[in-house]
Amino acid sequence: MVKVKVNDIEVDAGPKDNCILAARKAGVEIPHYCWHESLSVVASCRMCLVEVGETKPDGTVAMGPKLVPGCQTPIKEGTVIRTDSPKVKAAQQMTLELLLLNHPLDCSICDQAGECYLQDYTYKYGKAHSRLDEPKLQRMDKYHIGDQIALFTDRCVMCTRCVRFTREISGTAELHVVARGSHEEIDVFPEDPCNNKLAGNVVDLCPVGALCSKDFLYKKRVWWLKQAESVCTGCSTGCSISIDQNENKVYRLRPRPNPEAQGHFMCDEGRFGFKYIHDERRLSAPKLSAALASGTESQRKTTTGNFAPDLNFADVWPTALTKARQKIQDAIKADPSGFVAVFSPFMTVEEAYLLAKFIKGIHEKARLVLGPIPTVGTDDKYPKGPKGEPPAEGKVKFTIRGEKCPNRLGVEAVLKHFEGSVVRIESITQRPNAHAWYIVGGYTSGWVTEAIDKAVGTPSLLIVQDIFPSPLSERADIVLASGSFAERDGTYVNHAGLAQSANAAIRAPGEARPDGRILMELAGRTGVFNAMALRKEIGATVPELSVLASGDLGEQGVRLVRFAKLATAAAT
Amino acid sequence: MSDSEFKPVLLGRVGRPDSQSLASYRADGGYEALAKALKMANTEVIDVVKSSGLRGRGGAGFPTGLKWTFLPKDVNGPIYLCINGDESEPGTFNNRVLIEEDPHQVLEGIVISSFATRATTAYFYLRFEYGRCYRVLKQAIDEMYANNLLGKNILGSGYDLDIYLHRGACAYICGEETGLIESLEGKRAWPRIKPPFPAIEGAFRRPTVVNNVETMACIPHIMNHGPEWFQTMGIPKDPNNPRDAGSYGPKLYCISGHVNKPGLVELPMGITARELIDKHAGGVWKGRSAKAVIPGGISMGFMSSAELDTPLDFNGPGRVGCLGLGTAAVVVIDDHTSMVDVLYNACRFFAHESCGQCTPCREGTAWSTKILERIREGRGKLSDIDTLLEISASIGTIPGTTICGLADGAAWPIKTAINKFRGEFEEYIKSGRRSESPVLAGAH
Repeated sequence: MVKVKVNDIEVDAGPKDNCILAARKAGVEIPHYCWHESLSVVASCRMCLVEVGETKPDGTVAMGPKLVPGCQTPIKEGTVIRTDSPKVKAAQQMTLELLLLNHPLDCSICDQAGECYLQDYTYKYGKAHSRLDEPKLQRMDKYHIGDQIALFTDRCVMCTRCVRFTREISGTAELHVVARGSHEEIDVFPEDPCNNKLAGNVVDLCPVGALCSKDFLYKKRVWWLKQAESVCTGCSTGCSISIDQNENKVYRLRPRPNPEAQGHFMCDEGRFGFKYIHDERRLSAPKLSAALASGTESQRKTTTGNFAPDLNFADVWPTALTKARQKIQDAIKADPSGFVAVFSPFMTVEEAYLLAKFIKGIHEKARLVLGPIPTVGTDDKYPKGPKGEPPAEGKVKFTIRGEKCPNRLGVEAVLKHFEGSVVRIESITQRPNAHAWYIVGGYTSGWVTEAIDKAVGTPSLLIVQDIFPSPLSERADIVLASGSFAERDGTYVNHAGLAQSANAAIRAPGEARPDGRILMELAGRTGVFNAMALRKEIGATVPELSVLASGDLGEQGVRLVRFAKLATAAAT
Repeated sequence: MSDSEFKPVLLGRVGRPDSQSLASYRADGGYEALAKALKMANTEVIDVVKSSGLRGRGGAGFPTGLKWTFLPKDVNGPIYLCINGDESEPGTFNNRVLIEEDPHQVLEGIVISSFATRATTAYFYLRFEYGRCYRVLKQAIDEMYANNLLGKNILGSGYDLDIYLHRGACAYICGEETGLIESLEGKRAWPRIKPPFPAIEGAFRRPTVVNNVETMACIPHIMNHGPEWFQTMGIPKDPNNPRDAGSYGPKLYCISGHVNKPGLVELPMGITARELIDKHAGGVWKGRSAKAVIPGGISMGFMSSAELDTPLDFNGPGRVGCLGLGTAAVVVIDDHTSMVDVLYNACRFFAHESCGQCTPCREGTAWSTKILERIREGRGKLSDIDTLLEISASIGTIPGTTICGLADGAAWPIKTAINKFRGEFEEYIKSGRRSESPVLAGAH
């Protein structure tokens, strides 16, 4: 730690911090465009100019004669940073006036308005009038720059963050600067648009409205969006994200910087892959088979597959859950080992815990099984080399994992505690020996393979808790319509044992309920579902998940003890 | 030594038949300095250059020997020497003459300098437009390889050196030393942020020295005649200024513009602009008088007619508000020329050549050009003058707002033209006249 002074505020800063980071610790903002924590320093936007001096041994302060860019200037013990001197303010005003010279000032139709650094800084540090009398440069917009991104050329401030991103993080180097001087533009080579799997990040990186996401373009004004901190469930990397929603509709996902999880970025697969949560085909209400609805068992055999019309609003969940609880208890009591509960790797730790505890609480011989783990190819590592080859070990800056589910480790930890070991569903499809099933889905797309379908067959009891209809839900006795990741509170444990909490952003469609709430009621627990309270309980009960005991996992999450040891061993 | 008895040193062999060939260079005593240097320790060579007071001829005037000592002492791996032959400052053509007429003089300097800096590879970055230079140099380098003056074990000394001739990418910014390095590496010539300076991390992230062609041409003569001889020419150190390194040695002055006899002359440092114009360039053309003189390339700003007695050494132009001596490319502007046109022309050049990396330079150069364009169209406002001054005061490395000095070069013509010719600008704007002159100010 080194002591520095920012506008007379003393602060302890890290020895490797630059002036911007040191000032941030003192609560002082140094405006900047080109600098970004995870990209190289170019010091070209000149928005972060500050006055820097040093404290002499006799206590006097010697300020440097020139303005220096805060991003490029390292600090040491006794460094003095001034961001509010007349010289700095004049430089900030001038830089902003220059940046706005050829800017179209089309905020009223610009997607970035409201979260635009050009706008914000101009209000804070700029001046209201431009002295430019001449016509502005006019440039063509480039919608062709990528499948997911459009470039509004004239809004660009040439910070080159996007260019550096494609060179340093994705390694694909599609974006570059063409022409010279004030005619400079960001561009791609013909026939080589910016379509790498991380391309969407350049939209987040762009401090102004130059690079826009085509998916989000003109859909919603950003000031109407409400954010919920969550975790991407697209793969086991578990990127920290923010879910931006308005009126129960999710408009976009954005990465939330988290050095413990993924850094600053997320992949396009995760970023744009949330659309299924608003799919019309989603299960929106619990359903009972006609036999169960009328209460007569004997009818069921003749009317298999025929569901009763949706129950009325007042009855719907209590009836379904009471019946389900009763049926489960009956089935387990009749033949404990013939009852199989299938856990999905899309469940949160809390949900898995609630279900496991409920089932094992009835009879410990009832079986808990882990559902299929969706896997596509192998891990995709960045930055790519010139020929698209993966980076060397130790140089990896981003990984899209082949395991396309968020919480295998978390669910496995619960299963190990309650079942003793993790039994995969694939291992029992040959001889399931089961007559009653409780199956949890929640997968992003169809997951019921032929083998699973066959193994389940037509048992005496089939309860399905899922978000999409499947062959199983078609013939289930009870279907419990559950929630997607955007509708759930809970904890996910990523590939590296990092437990992160996710918050619900929206309500589930129709009468569907988030899984936690369903399971609370199914298990007959009183009170509402509260992820934090449950984490405390889990932390005290399941040794492997003891780190959850604090309840609050913070913005960055906590690492399971087993993995923390591994991490320290790797570091030393 | 007075001007009349001065015998050209660097241009001594120019004009002789076959001056480019190795045989003729050797007949005139060529490569003796190299043989001498190779018998010395490399630090001794540095000491000789250091004590000669040779300052870089590329524009900034940084002491050459001192620059070499900035290289780290213990280096694993290669050190590089880059020769800056990207002569792009308007009005400058001394490197071209040196290379085209006497390439071995430059190349001998390069081999000696490489030996002194322990470089085993030298990159000669040559402006792309210099086609003949390229052909002459290529031939000269081939001759050197054939005669054991390059390659392995040069002249039996055990020292190895390769020279690569690299043709540039046609941009002014490629002459900035880190821009040159980036361009050499095959990238866009965007100057790097300093520190680290090239001596620590330069070409291909290795310790690198970047020197000008004319500087290299001086080296063999210093080795041959000794540092004391070099100091017999030029202006000695100012004893009252401990930071002054003096302006020693011969200097090539490129004279162009409105003179009767434009051309390249070699003189000891410190001749005044007036003497240069009257004695060596046949005076201002058409019997006119000089209104303004650019002392060393357009980026140094203007001297007014009252300042013509300023000595053109490293300190002189600075005393009259110019940026420095620059490349000593003297451009004379006669009294029939409008300073508005001249300044417009200068601004247009810098707006075109700004690499576009730093905001103040990218936008500031373009904006000042737009303002002057409007003034020339008769739609100027008196407040434009102050706007121009404010732009020029807020761009460049001197206020600290840019990475490299291009913006300083763009600011100085504006500053000096307006400060020294403000009345003319005000009169022009008030008259509301449209400039009928062609865009190229020097062409009428």
